[in-house]
Amino acid sequence: MTINGLVQIGLYFVVLLALVKPLGWYMARVYEGQPCGLDRVVGPLERLIYRLCGVRQTEEMDWKTYGIAMLLFNALGLVALYALQRVQGFLPLNPAGLGAVTTDLAFNTAASFVTNTNWQAYGGETTLSYLTQMLGLTVQNFVSAATGMAVLVVLIRGLVRRSALTIGNFWADLVRSTLYILLPLALLLSLLLVSQGVVQTFASYQTVSMLQPAGYAKPVTDGNGQPVLDEQGQQKTEPATAVEQVLAVGPAASQIAIKQLGTNGGGFFNVNSAHPFENPTPWSNFLQMLAILLIPAALCYTFGMMVGDTRQGWALLAAMTILLFSFIPLGLWAEQSGTPAFTALGIDQASGAGQSGGNMEGKETRFGIANSVLWAAATTAASNGSVNSMHDSYTPLGGLMPLFLMQFGEVVFGGVGSGLYGMIVFAIIAVFVAGLMVGRTPEYLGKKIEPYEMKMAALLILIMPMVVLSFTAVASVTGVGTSSILNPGPHGFSEMLYAYSSMGNNNGSAFGGLNVNTPFYNLTGGIAMLISRFWLAIPTLALAGALARKKLVPAGPGTLPTRRPLFVVLLLGVVVLVGALTFVPALALGPIIEHILMVSR
Amino acid sequence: MLTQLRQALRMLAVLTLITGFLYPLVITGVAQVLFPQQANGSLMVIDGQGMGSSLIGQPFDAPKYFWGRPSATAPFSYNAAASSGSNLGPTNETLIKTVQIRIDALKSADPDNPLPLPVDLVTASGSGLDPHISPASAAYQVRRVARARKMEEDVVRQLVSQHTEGRQLGILGEPRVHVLALNLALDTQAK
Repeated sequence: MTINGLVQIGLYFVVLLALVKPLGWYMARVYEGQPCGLDRVVGPLERLIYRLCGVRQTEEMDWKTYGIAMLLFNALGLVALYALQRVQGFLPLNPAGLGAVTTDLAFNTAASFVTNTNWQAYGGETTLSYLTQMLGLTVQNFVSAATGMAVLVVLIRGLVRRSALTIGNFWADLVRSTLYILLPLALLLSLLLVSQGVVQTFASYQTVSMLQPAGYAKPVTDGNGQPVLDEQGQQKTEPATAVEQVLAVGPAASQIAIKQLGTNGGGFFNVNSAHPFENPTPWSNFLQMLAILLIPAALCYTFGMMVGDTRQGWALLAAMTILLFSFIPLGLWAEQSGTPAFTALGIDQASGAGQSGGNMEGKETRFGIANSVLWAAATTAASNGSVNSMHDSYTPLGGLMPLFLMQFGEVVFGGVGSGLYGMIVFAIIAVFVAGLMVGRTPEYLGKKIEPYEMKMAALLILIMPMVVLSFTAVASVTGVGTSSILNPGPHGFSEMLYAYSSMGNNNGSAFGGLNVNTPFYNLTGGIAMLISRFWLAIPTLALAGALARKKLVPAGPGTLPTRRPLFVVLLLGVVVLVGALTFVPALALGPIIEHILMVSR
Repeated sequence: MLTQLRQALRMLAVLTLITGFLYPLVITGVAQVLFPQQANGSLMVIDGQGMGSSLIGQPFDAPKYFWGRPSATAPFSYNAAASSGSNLGPTNETLIKTVQIRIDALKSADPDNPLPLPVDLVTASGSGLDPHISPASAAYQVRRVARARKMEEDVVRQLVSQHTEGRQLGILGEPRVHVLALNLALDTQAK
């Protein structure tokens, strides 16, 4: 850990926490329908949308109607995105002439973007046309984030309203999240990113000359573009020389801005934010990291304002921040220590004036260790999943950090909306556990927690581990699962565990060595993403509906105050225990055993 | 239900128009006016010819040039149309062997270099397109480049320091040397 590294991390958290209150305040105004400053500009557009869609925004829905509207909207999004990928070859804005995406990959990508996961089985510049990136991916980046925020707002309304049968209007929540919050922030961030060098153009790929022509082994293909194999069944190659470099460009900045703000994370290019056109400078890196946690953090304050006690929001934010903070030192230490095998080869991995040192495989020089590890922590704490370094090449314990952060169920900041509604569910479980200890009916924010609420909450925390562990188990005992592994030994198991932890938590980052563009991974992963997103959103809506119907119980002497440090500790205990009990055995088989093997060789 | 389906369809269409079409279009328009250089790939144009992008690295293995980070893109290094990292794990024998080959290449180009070998010079970058190396990696290569070009080491060292960027705002990121710009400057000097 270098001093400068720690300063950069400190600065990041100071700026992030300073933005929580203003943005949180603004979002609360938006959701409560109060003047927020943008009404003159955005208001007419908002009303036009309602009129075009035949929606009365003041019409209140019960939770079932709300849920049906949400599911219909997302199902249509899934179909549209799938169809778009299948026919992209016949559509305009396809300068690289990319053909139809295969059926299983198109399904996986559609599920991935509709569920706010943004898992990348596709290759960006080699798979998707500009049009697909815009009309498909960018749109879902906005609306899947807005859907998560809508569900959160419903849960808050459930806590706030008394003896109410309705919980708001899905269309209004969706449109207001998009127009008032996501779109203005994305406009601002895109332009800041372009100023740093992120590309934004509809022109076709650029060709430049190379200063030193490079010789290479060119794969031989027959007339149909199929690879030709030699006698040993290996790809046949011929010597060739590259004299020109083709630079993939495109309308990237607009998509990258919303990919970060909406905790989406799907890259415009294959290597995501490690690509110099996607994340060119340390400053663009700082802005993107800020955007990853900005809305999830600020929503805590929004929650506090809407329930009429901002300290309730700060308590949840404190729990999230503490949990994130406690993992960063592990990652920093592991990555800065580097690889023992490299030391044996005589390579200098120590940090000094001339280099940041550490494990630099899969990392960019401009980011070094500190910015790579901080990003890895932020992107997996939030269910963002964009990367600026290759997690598969991390040291075992360095890779454990992002893996474990996802396995907490994406409640440490988590996805926009979905992270906080997950955390509120954990808060309900925490007051229930506390209630059991003192033998009193638990309550949260004046609402009694009864069997129905607990059933929904239990469902919420059980579905994710079930999905993640079952699919990992299936993959590790079948040939179709294990044949995709790149790195041998326990690291290979980590690759599969990481894949399903990522998809099963709607994160989207990857141990990229695993070849996931196969029918097996595309289909099981697509199913895992859909289950984890919607089987969690629906019980949350049910929970909100049940809470809204309840009367308010005045706080008494036996009420557990949920805004004090004691509650933060209790909440942390519940989150860590649930995560640890569920996943430590699996982690022992992957990163932990690999670490022991690495240091003992 | 049917009403809702109709509403959902229209809502998807309208939001697609706004976020998928108008939004990128507006950003592209504004970006092309305000930041035309950056928005089109930060090309370095010399005598009317595109000599590369100031953000994307190029492969070098001649002794007279500074070498950049190893690149894992296929089928050739620094293929900017298909970015990729190696994804090799730290305990993978393939990684150790690959790194050994890179060490051997550096050592054979400059056999008795006394400086320690910096890690970023023998490990593949995340994107495969990293335009930078650490100042230590540049310092390691000064002797070889000076000998191959029959230049004074101090002159080369001075060029290196001219192409070294510090941390942004003094805090952000890591110090780094721009390999392609440095090599272009070396060629210009030689003319």
